[in-house]
Amino acid sequence: MGYTLTEKIIMRNTGRDSITPGELLNVNVDKVMVHDIFAPFVIEKFREMGFEKVWNPDRIVFVYDHLVPTSFIEDFRHHKIADAFAAEQNIKAVHRADGVCHQLMPELRYVVPGQVVFGTDSHTTTYGAIGAFSTGIGYTEMAAIFGTGELWIKVPPTLKFNIKGDLPKGVFAKDIILRILGDIGADGATYKAMEFAGSTVEGLSISSRMTLSNMAVEAGAKVGVIAPDEKTFAFSGVEGSRLQDLRSDSDATYEKVFEYDATTFKPVVACPSNVDNISDVEEMVGTRIDQGFIGSCTNGRLEDLEIAARILKGRKIAPFTKLIVTPASRSIYAEAAKAGIIGILVEAGAIMNPPACGLCCGRSGGIVSDGERVIATNNRNFLGRMGSPKSEIFLASPATVAAAALEGKIVDPRKYL
Amino acid sequence: MGMTIGEKILAMASGKEVVRPGEIITAKVDLCMSNDGTTHLNIDIFENQLHAEKVFDPEKVIFIVDHNVPSESAKTAQVHKKMRIFAQKHNIPFYEGTGVCHQIMIEDFIVPGQLVIAADSHTCSYGGLGAFGTGVGCTDFTSVMNTGEIWLMVPESLKFVIEGNFKPGVYARDLILKIIGDIGANGANYKIMEFGGSAVKNFTIDDRVVLCNMAVEAGAKSGLVEPDEIAIEYVESRGRKAKHLYKSDEDAVYENTYHYNLDELEPMIAIPHCVDDVVPVTQIGEVKIDQGFIGSCNNGRIEELRAAAQILQGKKINPYVKLLISPASKAVYLQALAEGLIDIFVECGAMVLNPNCSVCWGSCQGVIGEGETLISTGTRNFKGRAGHPNSSIYLASAATVAASALTGKITDPRGQVL
Amino acid sequence: MNGNFTGRVWKLGDDIDTDIIIPTQFLALKSVEDMKRYVFYPLRPELAELIQPGDIIVAGKNFGCGSSREQAPEILAALRVGCIIAKSYARIFYRNAFNNGLLLLENNELYDSCSEGDQVSVDLKNSQVVLGEKTFQVASIPEDLLQMVEAGGLVPFMRKRNGK
Repeated sequence: MGYTLTEKIIMRNTGRDSITPGELLNVNVDKVMVHDIFAPFVIEKFREMGFEKVWNPDRIVFVYDHLVPTSFIEDFRHHKIADAFAAEQNIKAVHRADGVCHQLMPELRYVVPGQVVFGTDSHTTTYGAIGAFSTGIGYTEMAAIFGTGELWIKVPPTLKFNIKGDLPKGVFAKDIILRILGDIGADGATYKAMEFAGSTVEGLSISSRMTLSNMAVEAGAKVGVIAPDEKTFAFSGVEGSRLQDLRSDSDATYEKVFEYDATTFKPVVACPSNVDNISDVEEMVGTRIDQGFIGSCTNGRLEDLEIAARILKGRKIAPFTKLIVTPASRSIYAEAAKAGIIGILVEAGAIMNPPACGLCCGRSGGIVSDGERVIATNNRNFLGRMGSPKSEIFLASPATVAAAALEGKIVDPRKYL
Repeated sequence: MGMTIGEKILAMASGKEVVRPGEIITAKVDLCMSNDGTTHLNIDIFENQLHAEKVFDPEKVIFIVDHNVPSESAKTAQVHKKMRIFAQKHNIPFYEGTGVCHQIMIEDFIVPGQLVIAADSHTCSYGGLGAFGTGVGCTDFTSVMNTGEIWLMVPESLKFVIEGNFKPGVYARDLILKIIGDIGANGANYKIMEFGGSAVKNFTIDDRVVLCNMAVEAGAKSGLVEPDEIAIEYVESRGRKAKHLYKSDEDAVYENTYHYNLDELEPMIAIPHCVDDVVPVTQIGEVKIDQGFIGSCNNGRIEELRAAAQILQGKKINPYVKLLISPASKAVYLQALAEGLIDIFVECGAMVLNPNCSVCWGSCQGVIGEGETLISTGTRNFKGRAGHPNSSIYLASAATVAASALTGKITDPRGQVL
Repeated sequence: MNGNFTGRVWKLGDDIDTDIIIPTQFLALKSVEDMKRYVFYPLRPELAELIQPGDIIVAGKNFGCGSSREQAPEILAALRVGCIIAKSYARIFYRNAFNNGLLLLENNELYDSCSEGDQVSVDLKNSQVVLGEKTFQVASIPEDLLQMVEAGGLVPFMRKRNGK
């Protein structure tokens, strides 16, 4: 009997010859990530538990991104507490203003294919895009890992999403994952592994694959994995020959297999206030919007800024409409500046923010008031996530957001491509 | 007996041949501007107390959202929304996220000879172009917005004669800090600070604005520089014409005249918590910093960004220091981008912010916590202005801030600049 | 763990996400005690004042979906909510809840049968929930998880491991 990619990563980690979904077992943690909002809580629990030294300071990464730049007087406390702990425990990987944690972890190669990684953030599923088993946990469990280097997990059953064919013009990874979420629902993969495969996925860049894995958690999934290939090995700087086994066996057991024909896909939006409330963009054309947001660990990468720039080049965003752009990392900002992308965005009227979570986490970076509508590239459109509970959030691809900002209403991005 | 530039502008605006200090006049306003710091209150007064229906001239009333951009709360977003609705209704110029209000006004509206009223204290900046700008409160502003007129008392003028040349690492910012340190935070209360002399004649508009912008920190009603070819070229390159090119008469009366020689000036710094508590950077001793800020209507223009970039190029800032850089406007940002300065900032570890008031206003970006120390090119170092009441702000030039961000402590920039 | 208790029902819908339980804007408040005042703020801000110790929250499917923020169950535990009875839970929330000593029960039918303000009795030993005349079966909770809830969560568990 064969195994799925998810099962194989767990087997590599635990040295087991066989495992079954539903089985509880302890994994050895390769890397952990803690971001600024939860750092003080992890540290407090760590001490309450009676630990003194972390199990391995080189396996812990701190990223300050939710409270960067600081918007409120108490924000700095999180950074000071984490700085002091990092100094005390000799944790060297501390990123204070370099971007969103889930972008930095793979980009800076803290996480590489085949690893088991946990983070105090639900979108830790992102690293599945490079073939890692990675998932979000709470700060109490993170404190336990800090002390022991281990965590128990339940081996999840796998849902396979087999996507074949070329994506039509104007359709992007974001449209794929939103479509899947609409089909299976916000709890459609609860406790399960999502595996994305097929020729469409193979054709996607690592950035686009990260968009898929990132939003797996929006269906409740534990992980959202994609088998690593040559692109992945080059991205992660690892020798592929030792990792050839990191793919599902042809006779692996899936709880369910979903088949998709990508050539039929269209641009879609998630309508307020659930990620699985999906409509075709065509059906929503004309919906007034007040603000666009391009950024986040879902869609704040170079290719996302690039497609927005293609649409905005030589044009101006609609009067009384804002477009906020927040690159996902410092290197993305730098590359986009060099490539002339930032110039195009700013000329068009975009408000460029420094790399961080920004508006996605709803702390600052463009909070909205009663009755305002946002169209955004991030991962959640929950009630009140970006400010007033009387505001509304639509989720879409960077192309759809850029096109909407041009007209102050939802429009089909294909007309600008 | 002659008149000063300020007196001439006020005479013209009030339709008089001559005005004298102490005289109360009613003047016609060329432009008025309000930002998101207070506009929600202005709109309330306008609609609910004055029951006004129209602004005096929709081309001369300007709303600019710059204080909380992007907004950090539903409350500030509500203010912006209110401004947008009013601007649409009255068809007035409206800017959001395009830069600090005073920089936008200078780039897009101000010409020599105007009288400009705005609901913000740093409106005195426009003196850099030879316009009389002054800040007012909500009630005054709302009335101006409605009628286009304002009563003013003609102020006395103080003259600052500046000679010599800046030494490397010394800037207009150091000069104005030095002047405020000398005359005190109320040293020009209700007066006009007129900057002249051979040095100022060669100053760029950016540097002139740096001087006039902080006049209010000495209590002045306005700061002024005589408009000349440099001012004319600035406005004409932007498709505008000067209204009047006033010069102070030879026999104009000044309450006092001060002389400065730039050759003797060194980098200066205002220490917490008063703008006039100014010492040379060399005397500051060892002061650790947590954050640096380069930006604001005082010091966020291209020349300041160039000075900072020269120091930061190819280096990394101290890992424990946050350095926030907010170009004063979209135009400044794009210019900096074209010159490669933005790349330098991003690569040295700084956070490049969208053009806005940011840390200088102490909200929404770079708010500092209890016990933290900020070194800033902003306009004020009042206790708590950038965040927690128990925090400290030092004011210095962009070069001094950049040099300090590299070392993590307040550092003299000389030796690091050409 | 104390097997029987009765509580008043607060009824919420499907997909009650972590941002509804505690919005991000309040996450930098110093303590869970401070955050407690904003529980369910976007949806029903009045509940913070109304929820009493021992009250029971009844909800639809996918309770706790979204973020990994542990303040969500921690706040509910701090409000001394008796338990939550939902049709289903999101994964991270589920773990976080037990780690913080918050009891979660699963049942599909109770939601449609009960109204806000009803009194519901929980009988853990028999894995039952009683509403008036009706009895509903809940999935049994493994004994070790119940012990963790009783101990107050994962922290005391780890302390014990560390001999503190």
